[in-house]
Order: sequence, then structure tokens, then C-alpha cells
Amino acid sequence: MELNSKIPEGPVAEKWTKYKFDHKLVNPANRRKYDVIVVGTGLAGASAAATLGEQGYNVKAFTFHDSPRRAHSIAAQGGINAAKNYKDDGDSVWRLFYDTVKGGDFRSREANVYRLAEVSVNIIDQMTAQGVPFAREYGGLLDNRSFGGAQVARTFYARGQTGQQLLLGAYQQLARQIGLGNVELYNRTELVDVVVVDGRAAGIVVRDLLTGEVSSHSAHAVVLATGGYSNVFFLSTNAMACNVTAAWRAHRKGAAFANPCYTQIHPTCIPQSDDFQSKLTLMSESLRNDGRIWVPKDTNDTRSPDQIPEADRDYYLERRYPSFGNLAPRDIASRAALVEVASGHGVGPLKNGVYLDFSEAIGRLGEKVIEERYGNLFEMYERITDESPYKVPMRIYPAPHYTMGGLWVDYELMTTVPGLYAAGEANFSDHGANRLGASALMQGLADGYFVLPNTIANYLAPKLGEAVVPTDHPEFQAAEAAARDRYAGYLAIDGTRSPDSFHMELGKIMLEHCGMERTKESLTTALELIPPLHEEFKRDLRVTGSGSSTNQTLEKAGRVDDFFELAQLMCLDALTREESCGGHFRAEHQYPDGEAMRDDDHFAHVAAWEWTGDASNPTRHVEPLEFNDVHLAVRSYK
Amino acid sequence: MKEINVTLKVWRQDGPNAAGHFDTIPAPGIKDEMSFLEMLDLVNERLIADGKDAIVFDHDCREGICGTCSLMIDGQAHGPQKGTATCQLHMRKFADGDEIVIEPWRATAFPIVKDLMVDRAAFDRIIEAGGFITAETGGAPDANITPIPKTVADAAMDAAACIGCGACVAACPNSAAQLFTSAKVSHLNLLPQGQAERYKRVEAMVDTMEELFGSCTNHGECEEACPKSISIDFIALMNSEYLKSKFKNRKRLSQHD
Repeated sequence: MELNSKIPEGPVAEKWTKYKFDHKLVNPANRRKYDVIVVGTGLAGASAAATLGEQGYNVKAFTFHDSPRRAHSIAAQGGINAAKNYKDDGDSVWRLFYDTVKGGDFRSREANVYRLAEVSVNIIDQMTAQGVPFAREYGGLLDNRSFGGAQVARTFYARGQTGQQLLLGAYQQLARQIGLGNVELYNRTELVDVVVVDGRAAGIVVRDLLTGEVSSHSAHAVVLATGGYSNVFFLSTNAMACNVTAAWRAHRKGAAFANPCYTQIHPTCIPQSDDFQSKLTLMSESLRNDGRIWVPKDTNDTRSPDQIPEADRDYYLERRYPSFGNLAPRDIASRAALVEVASGHGVGPLKNGVYLDFSEAIGRLGEKVIEERYGNLFEMYERITDESPYKVPMRIYPAPHYTMGGLWVDYELMTTVPGLYAAGEANFSDHGANRLGASALMQGLADGYFVLPNTIANYLAPKLGEAVVPTDHPEFQAAEAAARDRYAGYLAIDGTRSPDSFHMELGKIMLEHCGMERTKESLTTALELIPPLHEEFKRDLRVTGSGSSTNQTLEKAGRVDDFFELAQLMCLDALTREESCGGHFRAEHQYPDGEAMRDDDHFAHVAAWEWTGDASNPTRHVEPLEFNDVHLAVRSYK
Repeated sequence: MKEINVTLKVWRQDGPNAAGHFDTIPAPGIKDEMSFLEMLDLVNERLIADGKDAIVFDHDCREGICGTCSLMIDGQAHGPQKGTATCQLHMRKFADGDEIVIEPWRATAFPIVKDLMVDRAAFDRIIEAGGFITAETGGAPDANITPIPKTVADAAMDAAACIGCGACVAACPNSAAQLFTSAKVSHLNLLPQGQAERYKRVEAMVDTMEELFGSCTNHGECEEACPKSISIDFIALMNSEYLKSKFKNRKRLSQHD
């Protein structure tokens, strides 16, 4: 397998412009001769499908939801970064580029990150033109706030519902294209396989979630915009249906999977209250603009937080990272919380949280201002915990949230399978080992609106006049048969354990052994525990109901099956990467003060794994990373 | 944390054309810290353990924002807590010994798919008809070129907060979709960017809505049921926009617009 990143020549600031001039074009009248499949309708998928439809391609969009508007991008709260420099506080495309490369702990590709920073400004223009109601100042201009890992205010937001408003914006553009007949939507339809013919993506096999019917769709190019894999941990901030199946099926058909061990544990989530819990709820990072994080100095302090005087509190982020304070990046803030809880300073009934305290901000700004900024988040917190953050500090704890790893893609967002693209969280390309807050929305929309519609033309242009592979081709037929056998197989096992019970057990293994802190020993243990559990799954799974009508237990079984194989790859990747960087913290590799210790001599590269047919023995390939414009340095937020 | 025992009366229906019925399912040992959907997860785990089919229900983000969850609980859309989607409802709102009736949204425009799951594609048809601003990728001017008064942006945001769950339709005795439609009309028609298509938008969306849903007779149940507390004032705004669209003599501008 060859990893050719196809980074254009020339200075980093000119690469994208140069690429756009050099790539091949498809003339508007010819675009209707091409079929493109887009799987997933979150920010990346909806914006890609809408834009390709506008440009004139025949687009088929697939979502397993009832409507494209349900995709999990909708749950993003805090905001979206863009190098607009509307505050004139020293921001620029260069600074956003620099912050993102540094925030990713120098494990991302410079050329991709620069392009992301460059198009960030177009995203804000585009979304505003579409009617996204971003927050504004009284004079009518757009407002900004700060997010972790940055010392400028470059985050645009729509109350605490930025993801919702951006997704609805993209969904509305997609709906317009559906109404015009340029995009054909398949809802409640799940990808179950990717079909490759003569080494190129030929189409997909899908399962209708209402009838269980398996069918094939062919196209000249296929885009996967199917999100991340944090649900491998069972408990995460992801929506219940988020899964790795589309990316994993592509991986099994030849697409390399890059840096699977780079997972982000978000520092501000509501702590778990019991085993019955089905998911963890995020409290936006934006809260750290005004909230102060602390724990009692005395591990045996049982006083209620308002009775603990200042002298007995440890504002540990402000103490350890004075220049960034409570706005230290996510990986750093999460690990610091882990240290406090592990050393017995945790708060709450299970001593599994830290305080996020707004009393100082309420005293300074008044309750009304705080309500305006965070009202909906405070309400959500109160509904879940029955406690009002206006009166008592929030209790928060880190939870699996975002996955920086994903399908390996080149500069054009093409995977190692020609004609198969990956966009948004599903690819690995822009965030290195740690994603900064408010950058996921930026990347999803950059990929879908501005990158893919350009790069896909370069692949399609030479194929003018070529017919798509017919769906009665033996490869399609074989993939369909395998998919039918697969789902019939789950029903036929007739064992004793539900898919959820396996998922929960797998999640516990992953969180304990491949979570916020990893060691050689813990990863080796996980690799010993996962295969037998997967075997037990194949032997003892119980799926009730039938395969010919809506069966959520059956859907879940397929997703959990793929999580087992992904989990092994994550542990292998984490075991092989003998360094700490960003969200990947190997306890063996740290400085005396507990900060992550990278090993640039041996690991300044992307690890891209090739499927070999044996989940325990994939092949590791390496794409070296070169840093010409941002100099490798120890990442410090002190 | 305490434990309560409740009994569920759940609507079960095998498919769109099958006859439905209520199943009575005892749910003992429910912790009051559980969310309503976590309680259903537990009930489903027990059903699977007994070799029975799990109850089918729509849900996803469990943070009250995706709009997927859609349960009629004791005759109230999203249950007893005001301004709260089903997924954010917790069992502490119920008492030991309660019987809880759980039904799907009931509306002709939302046919039942299975058990508690319905098909809300009719909402998508309304958006496809005109719930957008035509702004194709690439041609947008600088975002700050048009200042928008904060009050206008805030009002647009109040309307845009709709999560498209369909509780308004389910709660309405006429199964009307005025609250949903007016929220999108208001969001876009209030903003300067939305002016070019203002009248065409409201006409197309209202006409599609009328084709698919019942008519509004001002009961106000929709606002009561809305998990985002969207105001029926937006319905008044939509009606006024619709009327204006009919009075405007747009023939001078175009025969078709």
C-alpha cells in the first residue's frame, strides 16, 4: 500500500490556490453525466451533497436517520472558529493554522491545516448568507468568544446551539437540492458495505432499516461523511446511533485507517451517576470562558462547595497553566481532572467530578448576562442533575467525545481506494493528536462546502463517458449476499446476551485500558480481553425479532460487531505509538511534571493501518510528517 | 437515589398497516435518576432476556437537540415536564405505583412505522418547498457586510431553535403543523438575507403544509407541548406574511413569483 499525500508544491500559503488552478475541471454541462454517492448528512455530508447538487452532479444522499436534520453535528454547542479577526486581537489565517497544528501536538499535516484555516473565513460568510442566526453585538455585527487553546476570540456562535444552527443551514441547502431533484435522498438506510471493482470505488450496499431489504447503488465516486467512533467506549457524548460501520467496512475493502488511537476525552461533561447510564452529556467548552474549575484541597472535605473558603480550594488549571488557565486545551484539561480525581480530590456522591464554578462570574456580570450566555446549558444541566448551576457549582468530568483518527485521506480527501472519499470526523486529516474546541464544525463544513467539490472534479474529469459499474456485477452481488448472511447470522445465533450487554462490556475494557491514560500493560491486557469477548459475541448473541421489519436490536448488533474489530486496532495503534501526544497519553512517556512527552525522532508520522483479513494482525504503514512552517516544539500552555 | 415500580402500557404495532394494541409491561426497580429513555432501555433489555421483541422507539442524541425522540406519555407530547423533550425527562417526575401510557405521535401526516416510531417526512417536504435561503456555495459576501440588529437576530434565533420533533402536530387536535412551519418562515423572513424570497417562501411552505397537515384553529396546544417553548406569536407572523404575499401585486415583477 502506497501513501501518497499528494500535497501540492510551493509555499504553504499558496498550495490551495495552486491546486485549484492545476486540477482538472468538469464543465457544467457534463456534470449531469456523473453519479456521486454521499453517505451521511451531518455537516460534512449535507454540505457536500448540497454543493455537488448545485454544481450539477447527480447525487444520491444516504442517512440512517429519518431526516438529514438529525445527524449528530446538531449537538455541537459552543461554536465554530474562523480567522476573521473581527476583534482585531491579533488573529490571522497564520495564527489559526499555527494554533491548530500546535493544538494537535504536531501530529497533523501542515498543508491540510493551512487550507482549513484559509477557508474558515468563507464558511462564516457562506453560513451567514444562508441565514444562520449567529450571535451579534448591539451594533449588528457578529460577536465572538474564546475557546480552549487560543488567546484570541475567533469563535462564532449561535447561543449554545451552534451545531444545530449550522446543521440546519446545511440541511436546508440540501433540502433545496432535493426539492429541485438534483439530490435523491435515501433516509433510514444504512451503509453495510463498500464495493470496489478493479481497485476503484464502484458503489455501496445498503440496508433499508424499515424493511431489512439489502440493495446496491453504484456511482462514479463515493463520499463517506459518517462521523467518528467514540461510541466504541459505550459511554460517550456521541448520539446513540453513532458508529464506525461505514468507515470500518471501507477499511475492510482496502481503505487505510489512520491514527485510531487519537481519541479526545472532553473535559466538561456531566459525571456518570450509575451503571444504567446510556450516554454522557457534554457541557460546552464555552462555559470555561466564565466558569472556574476547582477541587477542595483536602481530600476529606465534606462541606458543601459554598462553605469551602477560597483558601481551601485548588483552582488547579489556573495554578498549573497560568497563561491559559481554565482555557487550557481539552487533552490537558482532561488529564488534569483525571489527576485530581485519581488523587482523591474528586467531588460529588461518587467523588468522580470536579467543580465548574460560576459564582465569581455571576458576581461580576450578574445572573442575567450569564443566563444570556449559557442559559440553555444551565437548564440542561439542571434537568439531568436536579441542581441549579446558578446556585451550586456544576460537577463535571471528562468523557469520550471526538475521534481525531479515521480513514486515511490524501490532500484531496481521497482514501487509499481511488474514488472513495472521507470527509469530516470520518477522516483523520486536520486535527493531529488533539482537536481544539470549535474546530470540528469548521472542518466538517470546510470539507463539504469548499474542499470536496473541488477535489472530486479532479478524479471525475478523466472518466467522462465511462458508465458506472452495474449493480448486477459479481462484486455487488457478492457484497449483497454477504450482507444478507451477516444480518441473518446475528438472528440465527439465538444465544443469551443482548448487543448492548456486549457493547457495555467492550466499552468498559476500552475506557479502562485505552482511555485517558494508557500503558503497555493496560493495552496488552485489552488486546487479550477483546478477542475472546468478540468470540463470545459470535457464539452467544441474542437478537430477538425478525430481519424483515424495523429491528433496532439487529441494527445494534451489526454496529457492535464492527466496534470489536476497531477496538483491537485502537489498542494496537496505541501500543505501537511509544510516545505521548495530544489525546494519546502513554504513562511511560511523560515529563516529571506530568506533561506529555513526544518522541519526534521516532513518531513524527501518521500511522495508517491496512486490513489483512485478520483483526489482530493488520499492517502498519507510515506517512512521515514534515514541519516547515510551524517548528516542532514542546507544547506549553503555562 | 430511590427506586420506584411502575407499569407501562405501551402501544405495539408490527407495521404501518398492522392493527395496533396496548401491551402492559411491569417495570419494577426503576431508579429515579434514570432518564425516561434509559428506563425504556432497561425494559428492552429485560424483554430481550425473555426472548421477546424490544419496543421500537426513535431516539438519538439524548440531549434534547436532535428532535428524534417522540413519545406521547400519558397523553402529553414529551410527557409531563414543560419545555422538555422525552430524552431529557427523568423518572424522578414519576411516583411509585404509577401506570404510564406510552403512545406514538398520532397524526395522519405521521404514519406509524412500528410500535412508537413514526414517519415525519412530511416536515422535510415543507422545508424542501421553501424553508431555505438560496445561497449557493461560493458567492457569499463578507459576513459583516449587513449589520443585523441584535433584537432581530435574537428573534430569528428564537424561531430557529425548533428541533423538528413534531410534538406540536401530535398535541394539536387538528394535527396542524403551523408552529413548525411558522418557526422556519419566521426565522428566515425576519433576517435581511431572507428578504429576496420572503413572499415566495411563505406561500410555498404554507401551501405544502396545507396539503399535508390539518388546519389551525388556535388551540395553542402546540406551544404548550413544544420542548423548546416556541411561541405561537410566530404563527401570527406567518399568517401576516402569507396575507401580505397575497396582497402584493408581484405580477409587475414577474409572472411566476
